[in-house]
This record gives sequence, C-alpha cells and structure tokens, in this order.
Amino acid sequence: MLNLFQIKKIFELSDNFFYWLKIIFLSIIIFGLILSLVISPKDYLQGDTVRIMYVHVPASWLSLMIFSAMGVCSIVSLIFKIRVCTIYAKSLAPIGFTFSLISVFTGSLWGQPTWGTFWTWDARLTSMLLLVFFYIFYILTWTLIKNFFASEKYSSIIAIVGLANIPIIKFSVEWWNTLHQPASIKLTESPAIHASMLTPLLVMFLGFGLFALFIFLIRYKTEILKLKKDKLNNILK
Amino acid sequence: MSPASKKRLNYFLISIIVFLIVGKFVLNSLQGNTVYFFSPSDLSKLNEKPNGLVRIGGLVKSDSIQKKQKDNIYTFVITDLTNDVYVEYKGILPNLFQEGKGAVIEGVLKDKKFLIAEKILAKHDENYMPPEVADALKKSGTWNKTYGK
Repeated sequence: MLNLFQIKKIFELSDNFFYWLKIIFLSIIIFGLILSLVISPKDYLQGDTVRIMYVHVPASWLSLMIFSAMGVCSIVSLIFKIRVCTIYAKSLAPIGFTFSLISVFTGSLWGQPTWGTFWTWDARLTSMLLLVFFYIFYILTWTLIKNFFASEKYSSIIAIVGLANIPIIKFSVEWWNTLHQPASIKLTESPAIHASMLTPLLVMFLGFGLFALFIFLIRYKTEILKLKKDKLNNILK
Repeated sequence: MSPASKKRLNYFLISIIVFLIVGKFVLNSLQGNTVYFFSPSDLSKLNEKPNGLVRIGGLVKSDSIQKKQKDNIYTFVITDLTNDVYVEYKGILPNLFQEGKGAVIEGVLKDKKFLIAEKILAKHDENYMPPEVADALKKSGTWNKTYGK
C-alpha cells in the first residue's frame, strides 16, 4: 500500500497489467449482467423491476465509498501537505460523480413503477442529490480555478464538508421517516435479501469496483503527466 | 510532524468539534421538520389538524380496501397498529399497493381521522425474495406478516 505513495510505481505498471485488468472487469460485469438480468429470479412483489437494483445498489455504494476516500485524502493533503493524496482525490472525483448519477437515475426509474413517482423529497433522495452537487462543485473547482494550489485548497475543503453528508445519506433511512426502504444488507444482521439475489448483486459490485480501479489508475497516470507538463511534479515527493 | 502540520491539525480538530456540536443542534431542531410523513399516532397527538397537503404513512389495514362501484374511488384504512386513519382516493392504485404493506398517502385532511388522498406512494420494504421462496415460506408457516399478504 505504501508503495502507492511512490509516484514512479504507477509507471512501472505495464500495459499488460491494464490489458488484463480490463479483460477481468469486463468479464465480471458481463457475468454479473447475465446473472442479474437472466438467471436471477423475479421478486415476489416487484417482479422484474428488482433487476434495476443490481445496478443501482453497487453504483450507490461506490459513489459513497469514493466520496469518503476523497474526503479522507483531502484531510491528509490539506493538513500534512502530502500532495499525492490530492491527486488521488482529483482522479477519483469523476468516477464517483458518474456512479452517483447512475444511482440517482436508476433509482428514479425504479421508483416510478414501485412507489408511483420518479422523484420525491424524502431524506435519502435529497441527501443523495446533495452528494451529486458536492461532486459537481468539487470538479468545477478544479476546472474553474487555474492555480493548482488554490484549487487544491478549495476542492479539499469542499470534499471535507461533503464528508459530513455521507453518514447522513447512510443513516437517513434510520433517523427519519423516509419513502426509501432501509438497507437490506447490514454488517450486524443476516441480509434481508435472498441468496439467489445477493450473489448477482455482489458480483456486480466487484465488477463495478474493478472498473472504478481501472479508470482511477488511468486518470491518476494522466494527472501526474499533466503535473509534469506544468512543471509541478516536484511538489510530489 | 512539522510544526506547520501540527498547527493545521489542531485547527482541523477544533473545527471538527465545533462542527459536531453545531451539527447536533441542527439535527435536533430538524427532527420535527424533516418528517417525510406522519404516522397515524403522530397525527392523533397533534392538537389541531394540519392544513394543506400532508403525508400519512403506515400499513394498509388488512381487509380494509373497498372499491365503490362507480368511478375509481377506493377507501381504505392506514394504520400503525395503534391508531387508524381513513382514506378516500380516486384514481389508479400503484401495483405494489396492497393490504398489509406500507404506503405513504399524500392528501388533505378533512378531520384528524379522515384523509382525502391526492397521491398514493407504495412503500417498499428491505425484503427481497423469489416468488418460490415466498410460497415455500407461506406453506411452511414461517411467513412473516410484514412481508405482505
């Protein structure tokens, strides 16, 4: 893990590594899609609508995890000036943003047939929308402010403030009356979701996770090359 | 750790503490405002009936859905097992709206026990299972009432 703090390591990863990572995540996602769209059973209440969950839930998990990682990276980079963390956070942002959009849109598609509405202002949906905006603000800070050090500072503050929203999203369904159902999978209890539906969900999560890793590594490499181009690479020790 | 880092860390920790305290107060005061819906018991505790649109959430009481012959007028009872609210609704019921399951009803209160619904949202719970499993559970008698009818 510590090796990752050494910038050169990313350039030691061969093209072969990326090639195989791509093959692996694509095959896991295809396998997961077959499992979730064809093999897994219908739900006893929702029917086929349940299949939206296999995309919605992994995307939501990843968007929360990625923002948490960005928040932690921003704390480290802001306090200890370990700049490589800034680059981690910056590289992660568009990935998490995409997943949060997928989560909101698929959720909305699921909500129409299930609840009877595309959108409603309950605590879970509203806080999730807020997360989408935090991602947008974070990315905008980097695009609008040209000075690296200024945008590093402001984007880090945005990520740290946004970090407070993460537990709100997670626990909104327990703290308040919401239309959104509580979590089916909890660390302390056995899942309220049948094994034949849990398997495709976890396979999809693994596939999405590896996809996120793949894009992250590519973006991380690009960001470092950009710094080199701007003659800023000496800030990364 | 360099002195500058230490200083920044201290600022950071202090602002976290301040933030947590403020957040606690904000959450406490929000508690009353962020209810997406009232339960029938919440409603019965209110002194006056709320005006305008309100949302009532709870279970649809078993054997309470009735359809009036003309138009698509349905009446049913929303319960939280201690208090009931009677609901009248004109329109098409969502697919997942069934007796024994959760629902959120948006509408105008005629009085504290009677709601004219404008919109019905079916609430889905966290249980997912294939129909065969549901049948098997019903047969073996281990069916949990909260799963629905």
